[in-house]
Amino acid sequence: MVRRIFMLAVMGFFLGTGLAQADEFTRKDLEKWQKAFMAVVKEGERLFHSPLGSNKVSCDMCHPNAANTHPETYPKFQKQLGRVATLRDMINWCIQNPLEGKPLPLDDPRMIALEAYITWERRGVPLAPGKH
Amino acid sequence: MRHNLSRRKFLKSLGMAALASTAPLKLVEVVYGQKIADKFTFAVISDAHITHIKGTRFVRNFDEGLKKAVFEVSFIDPQPDFVVFGGDLAQLGKKEELEHGLEIMSELSLPVKWVIGEHDFYLDMGEYWQEHVGPLYYSFDHKGVHFVVLNSILTYESWIQKFKDPMERMLNMARLDNPHGSPFMVGKEQIAWLKKDLEKYSPETPIVVLSHSPLYKIFKPWNFWTEDAEEVQAVLKRFKKVTVLHGHVHQILYHQIGNITFMAFMSTAWPWPYPVSYSQLPNAVPRITVFMNRADPFKERDGTGWSYLDIQDGYPTQYYQLWENAPRTVYYDPQLGYPVDRDYQDPARRIPPQEHY
Repeated sequence: MVRRIFMLAVMGFFLGTGLAQADEFTRKDLEKWQKAFMAVVKEGERLFHSPLGSNKVSCDMCHPNAANTHPETYPKFQKQLGRVATLRDMINWCIQNPLEGKPLPLDDPRMIALEAYITWERRGVPLAPGKH
Repeated sequence: MRHNLSRRKFLKSLGMAALASTAPLKLVEVVYGQKIADKFTFAVISDAHITHIKGTRFVRNFDEGLKKAVFEVSFIDPQPDFVVFGGDLAQLGKKEELEHGLEIMSELSLPVKWVIGEHDFYLDMGEYWQEHVGPLYYSFDHKGVHFVVLNSILTYESWIQKFKDPMERMLNMARLDNPHGSPFMVGKEQIAWLKKDLEKYSPETPIVVLSHSPLYKIFKPWNFWTEDAEEVQAVLKRFKKVTVLHGHVHQILYHQIGNITFMAFMSTAWPWPYPVSYSQLPNAVPRITVFMNRADPFKERDGTGWSYLDIQDGYPTQYYQLWENAPRTVYYDPQLGYPVDRDYQDPARRIPPQEHY
């Protein structure tokens, strides 16, 4: 009997703390995660204003504050490619063409940072996938 | 370095294919060039942003934009009276860039009226420009119109002094969206000069002011802005016909404030977005402007070009030559009292690519 109660108590402890760990987070956690995200945005901002290709041209020269990049409209049919493309496809297109550089792997931390900066500068704008 | 390019040499060097490029010729009005005392024409090339990579390498795209504009302006027949260069010949004010840009511009056989831009200035504070190009501000008369060229890209001395070296200062000014940038201004000294320069002219004299930055306030975060614009506008107030023409914004833009008509120049290098497309901050983009088409990045020369202007009875008409789009014509309408686009001013006639968001 004592052994059974002990087992239940142990199970209860693990279940209880398990649930708490999955569902609950503190303001401190939120701040920490936002800080981690903003560090990537900051890195994206740096990359966006750096020559990523071979000719000293940088993204911000055509897109100050990442304006006119329309991240909320992707994926969309990109008429010049004749297919539905993602924002990352278009980031690489710009790196390869105006910047005369090599495309980034789609999961490259630099690609993620660029995407984070571009979308951060467009925060609050409703999603409009497919919009041209 | 300076030499004029003959038509023969032009055709020889560029081949017969060049002859097929007749767009600017066709756009010239029939009456254009006839001896009409109250009308004259000048061409505008602006914001070339020649960029030095290393050694003898320059950014091909921007070289080609400037070369194309120079080539086409050379073929306007009959030739305009002069060419205005609207500033930002260089990207980082480097001697290599200014020299390379001047070399390309030297193919023109027309006199050039130079306006300095911030990209030409903030490396050596205008030293090279004054030695090899011309004064930073000046005025001249042409066929009854008084032209004033201003250096509108000055800024606070405290900002200028805060960098460790000239290139750091240049790079900070070159970044359009720099949160630690500093607003453009004409400055007290130049405003005093302007007052004195205009003293002897009657209010009937048409005045054309050429500046790099717009002499009004559109969007401070990108320096589509001149801090002391109102003071300059006040000096111009007593004149009946005043036109301010400016570069810097790389887009079709026009506005009217009181007696002053404002029009922007295209860039030969790349288009800037309209500030309306930055969703995080308010802007004061003039409502009367019908935007140029959103540029197709896959067409390298889209959203760039040059223009020519007629000044007739002291009023401006600007003919924008857009390399991948139909040309646009913006003129001052004396009945309405503000500038309008000849084809698209009526909202019912606008097209989807003119929507910027």
